[in-house]
Amino acid sequence: MARSLARRIIARASGEDAAPGEVVTCAVDLAMIHDSGGPRRVKPILERLGVGVWDANRVVVATDHFVPVFDEETRRIQNLTRDWVKAQAIRHYYEEQGICHVVTPERGHLRPGMFCVGGDSHSPTGGAFGAYMFGIGATEMAGVLATGEIWLTVPETILIEWTGRLGEGVFAKDMMLFLCTRLGMDGGRYQAVEYAGDAVRAMAMPERMTLANMTAELGGQTGLIGADDVTAAHLAGLGVAADIDGWGHDAGAEVEERHVFDASALPPQIAAPHSPANAADVGEFGGVTPTIAYIGACTGAKLDDLRVAARVLKGRRVAVGVTLLVAPASVRETEAARDEGIMAVFEEAGARILPSACGICAGYGDERLEAGTVCISSTARNFKGRMGDPSSQVYLGSPLSTAAAAVAGRIIDPREML
Amino acid sequence: MVWGCRMSRAWVFGDDIDTDALAPGAYMKRPINELASHCMEALAPDFAGSVRPGDIVVGGRNFGMGSSREQAAEALRHLGIGAVVAHSFAGIFYRNALNLGLLAVECDETGRIAQGDELRLDAVGGVLENVTQGVALPCKPVPPFLMDMVEAGGLVPHLEKRFGGVES
Repeated sequence: MARSLARRIIARASGEDAAPGEVVTCAVDLAMIHDSGGPRRVKPILERLGVGVWDANRVVVATDHFVPVFDEETRRIQNLTRDWVKAQAIRHYYEEQGICHVVTPERGHLRPGMFCVGGDSHSPTGGAFGAYMFGIGATEMAGVLATGEIWLTVPETILIEWTGRLGEGVFAKDMMLFLCTRLGMDGGRYQAVEYAGDAVRAMAMPERMTLANMTAELGGQTGLIGADDVTAAHLAGLGVAADIDGWGHDAGAEVEERHVFDASALPPQIAAPHSPANAADVGEFGGVTPTIAYIGACTGAKLDDLRVAARVLKGRRVAVGVTLLVAPASVRETEAARDEGIMAVFEEAGARILPSACGICAGYGDERLEAGTVCISSTARNFKGRMGDPSSQVYLGSPLSTAAAAVAGRIIDPREML
Repeated sequence: MVWGCRMSRAWVFGDDIDTDALAPGAYMKRPINELASHCMEALAPDFAGSVRPGDIVVGGRNFGMGSSREQAAEALRHLGIGAVVAHSFAGIFYRNALNLGLLAVECDETGRIAQGDELRLDAVGGVLENVTQGVALPCKPVPPFLMDMVEAGGLVPHLEKRFGGVES
């Protein structure tokens, strides 16, 4: 029987056609690290082992967590990162260029069929490009950097098919909040989740990245979308030569679990504190009045997300009592948004623009939510205390829902504003 | 046998314990001793200050979900936690814990453990004895190739064998 995309990639990377449950060792095509789990953690381990990185051309380093530096400690971390990258002769170094999950593909490092690891849980984002990419901790990353290999239990494939087309004002973020709630935060069982169906095929790459990214919230090891004409055209636009043959979705492949949902029936979703699995239809949250609206993160502030938010912000102003914060996912995306006039729309609406970094989503910086803050956010996680004080209340929604709430001063169905 | 039968006290938590609770982002830039002192602070403010070496953390489903930050496991190890026993683990946390030499054991019957119960874990034999309640709870054995690594102290000592390490 035909093999799922996950098994095809793992068979190539491991050199064996192993069945789900078997343990294999895979050769790593690309290792991505950032400033938090990267050099400052792996350097002492590699020194202890007496080795450097196995292949500097297969390592991407992006700084995004302790960005911008705001004190002596964060400055020391960034200096260490820069010095280590230089010492290891790593050319693919992106300093303060945006969030690693967005910067890595935008600089052409991901192609269909690759087997990749990232030192961050949202590394499944790379799965949108038909690559097998997953997150690991820093010690395990040091092992990869030393050896170029990693062990893996061959995963089952959980196929999630979205039939039909998403309605106006409904996005990948709404799909993922719905899936987290329907299947649970462990619904992915640390297996490979593959997204397919007409609604997924119709999506542009940034939306596909949001699906793959939030496979982390679903508890999958990776989230994959088979490469197709959309993938090929996107990569061609980046100047990346890639062969998509063999790395597409195979409708006849053997899968261990399958779910089918109708995209056309899905209304915008909002996840209440403190879990992405607390989602319900947007209409149930009319009494919620956020004081902070945050459009940010790898999963909620890409160029397409900014375009969507600008649709409701154009010619409108943020409600009195609400602060709208916008942290575009990368510097390049910010420049593109500026060229399109989108940054001007945000500024005229009264938004405050933050640096392109993980920002408040990661909660590592000096900008955090104060006690009792009610926030609506286009990010991926609303765990208690993640974005600030444990008493803060974070609601998750699409960039459109977040922008609409900022204008209305309460959570509303964003379709009313289109 | 380091992980053989030892008496421990249970710290019981629910489902979906996340890495932001285990290793809060605001302290991620700080040294591990300071980060560990804030471990679980948002959910159980007294945990880090009252945990004793050898205590066992008991979780429900999906323990350690969220971030790949291995400080979530490192903080528990730093506080002297002997093992984490949970109904299930988030995949990245599970690998991180074993890589750092922190034993993570799956047990379907964690619901039969109450806060403060005296436990005796035999990880190799796959039995968690709840001494307080007088029941023996079966655990899933850790795969041998991973148990070898935990016994070596984690992935780094394991890799040192391969590379020979640096003379200190």
